[in-house]
Amino acid sequence: MSMAGNIPLRPHQDLRPRVALILIGAALVLILGRNLLPPGLMRAPDWLVLPFADWINVIFAFLRDDLGLIHVTRAFAAMLEWLLDVTANLLYGKNRWPRLGPLPWSAVAVSMAALGWWLGGWRLAALSGGTFVWIAVMGQWQWAMETLSVIAIAAPFSVLLGLVMGIMAWRWTWAAKLMNPVLNVAQSLPHFAYMIPVVVFIGVGPKAGAIVTIIFSVPPMIRMTELGLRKVPEEVVESGKMGGATAWQLLRKVRIPTARTEILIGVNQVIMQCLAMVVLASFIGMPGLGQKLLQLLQALKIGLSVEIGITIVLIAVVLDRLSKAWAMRQPVHHDETLPWARRHPVLVVWALALVAAFALAQIFPLLHQVPRAQALSVAGPLDVLVDGFIRLVDPVTTWLRWFLITWVLIPLRDGMLWLPFTAVLTGIAAAGWSVGGWRSAAVVVAFFGLIALSGWWDRAMITVYMVGFSVFIAALIGLPLGIWAARSETRAGRMLLLCDSLQTFPSFIYLIPVVMLFGVNDVAVVAAVVTFAAVPLIRYTIEGLRGVPAELVEAAHMSGTTRRQMLWHVRLPMALPVMMVGLNQSVMFSLFMVIIAAFIGTQDLGQELQRALSATDVGKGLVLGLAVAFMGLAVDHLIRRWSESRSAALGL
Amino acid sequence: MTRSDPVISCRNVWKIFGPRPMDALAQLRADPQARPDRHVTAVHDVTLDIMPGEMLVVMGLSGSGKSTLVRCLSRLNEITAGEILIEGRDIGKMSESELIDLRRRKMGMVFQSFGLLPNRNALENVAFPLEMRGQSRASRIARAREMLALVGLKGRESYFPRELSGGQQQRVGIARSLAVEPDIWFLDEPFSALDPLIRREMQDEFLRLKAILKKTIIFITHDFDEALRLADRIAIMKDGRVEQCDTPDRIVLEPATEYVARFTAEIDRARVIHASGLAEPLTGRSAEGPALPGGQTLREMARHLVADRRDWIPVADAQGRTTGVLERARALDILLGEHV
Repeated sequence: MSMAGNIPLRPHQDLRPRVALILIGAALVLILGRNLLPPGLMRAPDWLVLPFADWINVIFAFLRDDLGLIHVTRAFAAMLEWLLDVTANLLYGKNRWPRLGPLPWSAVAVSMAALGWWLGGWRLAALSGGTFVWIAVMGQWQWAMETLSVIAIAAPFSVLLGLVMGIMAWRWTWAAKLMNPVLNVAQSLPHFAYMIPVVVFIGVGPKAGAIVTIIFSVPPMIRMTELGLRKVPEEVVESGKMGGATAWQLLRKVRIPTARTEILIGVNQVIMQCLAMVVLASFIGMPGLGQKLLQLLQALKIGLSVEIGITIVLIAVVLDRLSKAWAMRQPVHHDETLPWARRHPVLVVWALALVAAFALAQIFPLLHQVPRAQALSVAGPLDVLVDGFIRLVDPVTTWLRWFLITWVLIPLRDGMLWLPFTAVLTGIAAAGWSVGGWRSAAVVVAFFGLIALSGWWDRAMITVYMVGFSVFIAALIGLPLGIWAARSETRAGRMLLLCDSLQTFPSFIYLIPVVMLFGVNDVAVVAAVVTFAAVPLIRYTIEGLRGVPAELVEAAHMSGTTRRQMLWHVRLPMALPVMMVGLNQSVMFSLFMVIIAAFIGTQDLGQELQRALSATDVGKGLVLGLAVAFMGLAVDHLIRRWSESRSAALGL
Repeated sequence: MTRSDPVISCRNVWKIFGPRPMDALAQLRADPQARPDRHVTAVHDVTLDIMPGEMLVVMGLSGSGKSTLVRCLSRLNEITAGEILIEGRDIGKMSESELIDLRRRKMGMVFQSFGLLPNRNALENVAFPLEMRGQSRASRIARAREMLALVGLKGRESYFPRELSGGQQQRVGIARSLAVEPDIWFLDEPFSALDPLIRREMQDEFLRLKAILKKTIIFITHDFDEALRLADRIAIMKDGRVEQCDTPDRIVLEPATEYVARFTAEIDRARVIHASGLAEPLTGRSAEGPALPGGQTLREMARHLVADRRDWIPVADAQGRTTGVLERARALDILLGEHV
């Protein structure tokens, strides 16, 4: 097998490095000649800055008032609110129809345990039931149920919407062509950018939270549905056709059931996205765990925030495990001669336990509701513990904070702001050109050029420096950790499990420990972003290294490589394309995190986005959101291009 | 229609994959050796007739177009040119609903990788085509049980595909294809995904079913031995063309092309050739004494051929009528090898 055969040979390929070098040279000239540059080349001149925000505002005003779209959205929101009231009544006793609730917490916990048992055995039952016991005992029932009652409505809506749109994208090429770029942008828009239009159309509160959650969580469902339908084996479809199925029967009885696993993984992603968004929706007045956490963090009540944080993490892990277990569940046959009860033991036990829970709740009110006054709390001792710990590490963190701010962060930021925007654009063009020729250069320059034209260049550069620096530090930590973990099977397994769990946590959670350690400043933001961004790097490093074909490793062993040679000459080069996927995710995660972290104090796009949110300025909010998305998409384009051509060259 | 009309009739069928198949077709019609860019000719001007109750095996290596041909016959693939008649009706001109109706009543198909629905158990998989045509639940379940019993899977009705072995999964596939009592039975490399011992067992099972059911069968395989073992007639395909379509005896005795000859070269011909295949007409020759049964292979009557001293031995058909004579020397040559 010749490697050269796999590389698409293009006549201009040899020119690429040369053009890239010329562009780098041009960028250097612009930087060195900075003092001689006309101001128009330093920053986009005023006449070039286009009032995108005003245009968007005009469009939204037109949609909202002239087209009367607001009546449609309000009607939809009213319908949604009715549904939300039903779950709110059942879960935490909001005084609305059907006025049955609240269900005793013990009944809910028993049901969740039964669900866990049915889907994944007794371990999952213990985790799932235990989580709800913890919530009740810690007196967080009301908040947690406020959060879950929204997820219970938003997730099914989102799944249904995603399913229909995914089927459309699979069925019609034009729909896929239309949706693909929209989904790309949608999946790189920061959370807050979704909130502002919703506030304009719906207002604030639970229903706005539910709607923003639905919109935010739809894209992965569309993607997974389309992927699943495309992956259905041709022979299964043909066997359906030969069975005389009509097009509709094929879709409903052959394609969708066969794509079950992918579709359910889509459901899993929807649920996790819902949780992440619901927690953040506290910024637009969504009550629940997120709002509580936000208040406590702002008041620097660490012990109580940690309690809430634990609850959110537990809920995230439970929802993730349950929905994944559902996706991976394989049908098992039952001996038909056994009686019904023996074939459905979970159902029987659940029914009995449910009756018992209701009965006991009548006798012991504590099993029905745990009032705040009687709830347990570990906040007191936790605060003492944390205080002690902080006093212990304070000299270190204070020094670190001082060092980072004075010697790294501020110089870096000033450096980024000092650069002429033309030099940055030329440098980006060089990167694009070396990776994918003039097309890639044009794509990335267009993305960054639009940011320059939006007039938010300085803020964007602050975001770039924070993301760049954080990803750099994350790589310094994540890559060696990944390489170390990949050395043994069990260690790799454990590390991957840890990374999996960390990735299910809503991003908001990462702020608790960093605020605790560093207070409210840039260093805390960087620390949060670094932690969040290191996870995908570790994960993909392990997966890349473990994915190197065993035959290749054996061949290298037989050639007498040392461990170091093996790593540098065999494993790392083969794993690099996969590791770059991790880097790509890492950059995306950092962008999201930097924006979220804005409320603990940054001066970048995130801070402006927060301001736009409080002023409900749709135009400004969307422009800022798109600026963030464009940065993400440009990086995504560069890394993906590089990784693809590298994989092709390696024949992977 | 009479008994001797073909069930399936292909007339100059072409199937070309690519962005502009019609242009490629024009090019190929002008010059049969042409290789149009970005196009693959999977079926190249194929004309075939398949008689009622006949079993035709389509044999070819991977990429020879055999699977595409069978998918054209069931219109899973639309053909580029030519026509395919099923019982005299052009399936290319059928509407969607007529085609669905035809598949629901007349056709059954078995797939190489089984094509079972993972979310349905064996019984529900077999009942699937019956469900599609709207049969009541009770009657389709009863029929599906019957079919599973026929293929030897009684007691496994509630098992899901992933709980069954490859051979068992294919038995489910076979039961499903037979559930609608089709007249035409397509089998696309049904045993290729199975390991050799199971394959042998499934071939025996297949011969048993074939004897009971008496259907028109189109069987695809890449295994020449399998083709020889099962076929009434074999069509050997290469690059989309049918190189030769004939009985196993004649393919072994008189390969039409060099390509076919290469296949037959390594074959133990005595196991394939039947007495009737080697027999010559009675004209002018007198042969006396006991006749050989025409349906036996030379290998099966080897002992007799060696012991019998007659130069010309009569051959009789199943009813005991003498149909021809066999030259003993030639039979011994085939049996023992010509150059000793």
